[in-house]
Amino acid sequence: MTTSLSFSDVSVGDELPPLDVPLTASIIVGGALASRDYTPVHHDRAAANAAGMGDVFMNILTTNGYVGRYVTDWAGTDAQIKGLAIKLGTPNLPGDTMKMRGKVTEAGADGTVVVEVVGKNSWGNHVEGTVTVALPVGG
Amino acid sequence: MPLTPDQKKELEAQMQEYVGKPISEPTPGRDVVNEPMIRQWCDAMGDTNPAYLDPDAAKSSVHGDLVAPPTMLQAWTMEGFSMHEGYDEPRNNEHRLHKLLTEHGYTSVVATNTEQGYTRYLKPGDTVTAETFIDEISEEKATALGIGYFINTRTKFTDQDGEEVGWLTFRVLKFIPQQQPQQADASDTPASSAPARIAAPRGHDNSAWWAEVDAGKIPIQTCNQCGELFHPPRPMCGKCGAMDMGYVTSSGKGTIHTFTVIHHPQFPGYDFPILAVLVDLEEGTRLMSNMVDCKPEDLHVGMAVQGSVEEGEDGMKLPVFRRAG
Ligand SMILES: [Zn+2]
Repeated sequence: MTTSLSFSDVSVGDELPPLDVPLTASIIVGGALASRDYTPVHHDRAAANAAGMGDVFMNILTTNGYVGRYVTDWAGTDAQIKGLAIKLGTPNLPGDTMKMRGKVTEAGADGTVVVEVVGKNSWGNHVEGTVTVALPVGG
Repeated sequence: MPLTPDQKKELEAQMQEYVGKPISEPTPGRDVVNEPMIRQWCDAMGDTNPAYLDPDAAKSSVHGDLVAPPTMLQAWTMEGFSMHEGYDEPRNNEHRLHKLLTEHGYTSVVATNTEQGYTRYLKPGDTVTAETFIDEISEEKATALGIGYFINTRTKFTDQDGEEVGWLTFRVLKFIPQQQPQQADASDTPASSAPARIAAPRGHDNSAWWAEVDAGKIPIQTCNQCGELFHPPRPMCGKCGAMDMGYVTSSGKGTIHTFTVIHHPQFPGYDFPILAVLVDLEEGTRLMSNMVDCKPEDLHVGMAVQGSVEEGEDGMKLPVFRRAG
C-alpha cells in the first residue's frame, strides 16, 4: 500500500477490490486475543460446542477490524475512517471463507465517502453495513 | 415454561429499572494505547497500513504520526483474560440485566448491530476511558432465533483530557433459544459445511413433474383426454374431470408476467438477492422460477425469457430463466 486515494479519484458506484479471507482457527483466536476478548466461545472449542456452535467463531471486534482493513486497503494511508454501522449475520467458523466486497454509495463534497461493505461466508452474510471514510480533497 | 402475563409484566418492570443507567463507573483501559497491541492487532487482521506500523510513513501521512486502527477503539477498554470466567457473579449492571433475563429463560445472547463513530484517531500514549449506558430495551420480539428482547447500549470513550475520542452503540438480542436437537452432533460434522438449499417436497401429485425436470425437461401437465394444460400438477383435470394426466415438454419460451426481488430474510444456502419470476410460457401456463444472469434493475414485466433446466453445485436440478436472445 504505497498510494492513497484522493477524493477526486472516487465516484459513486466504484467497486473495491474483492478480498477473500480464509478463516482459520488461528485467525479467529488471534483476532479475539488481539482485541482482548477472552469470551471462551472465541478461543475454546469445547465452550463453543456447549453454546451450540461447531467450533470457535469470530468475535465482533475482529469483524470490525477486517471491515476497517478492507476499506483502508483500498483507500490508503491518508484515509480517515469516521465511523461504521454494521449488521451481524451468520457466524465465521474455521474452514470457511469470508468474501468481502464493497462499493462506494455516497460521495460528499467535503471528501466524505460512504462505502457499503458485505462479508459473506457459505452460510450467508456474516456482516453487512457501511463505513464512512474521509479522503483528502484536492492536491 | 412460558411466563404468565403477570410474571412478564414484573420482569419487564425490573428490566426498565436499568434503562438510562450507566453499567458501572467509567472504566479506564488497563494499558495506554501502545504499539505492541497495535502490531498484534494488525497481525491478526492482516492489516499492513503503514499509518499503524511504520513511524516514518505515518509521519508523512495525513495522521502526522503513528496511530491506532480506529476499529480497535473498544479493544483498549476490554476486560481481557478475566472474561473467560464468565459472569455467574455479575460485575456490572449489564451483567445483572443479562442475568435477570437468563433466570427467566432468556438464556442466549447474540450481537446483532453495532454503530461506531471515531472522533479522532488514537495515538500511542493516549489513555482511553469507557462509560457505557443501557440506552433502550425493546418490547418482546419474535425473531428467527427465538423470542427475546433487544438491548441497546451506548458507550462513550474519552481520553486523558476528558475529551471524547469516539462512541459506539451495541444491540444484542437476549432470547429463549429454539430447540436444536442436532446440536449434540455438531462436533462430528465440519463446522463450516455449507447448508444445502431446501429440496422441493415430492408427493403423489407433483413427483412425476419433478421426474421430468430431473430428465432435463421443463414439463407441463396435460390432460390426456381433452388436452388442457395445468400448472401446478393436480390429480384430476379441471376441465373434463378425467384422471388420466400426462406431461408435455415446454419450449421454455415465455415472457415475465410479474416478478419480485427478494433481499430479506436471507436464508443460508441461497444467493441473494433472489430474482423470483412468474413466467407466462408460450404454451399458456405460468411457471414460478428464478431468473439468472440478470441484474435486478434489468427485470421488467413483459421481458422475453428462455427457460432451461440446470443443475446446481448441490446436485439439485431446477428450471431457470434467462433473457431471451
Ligand atoms: Zn381434460
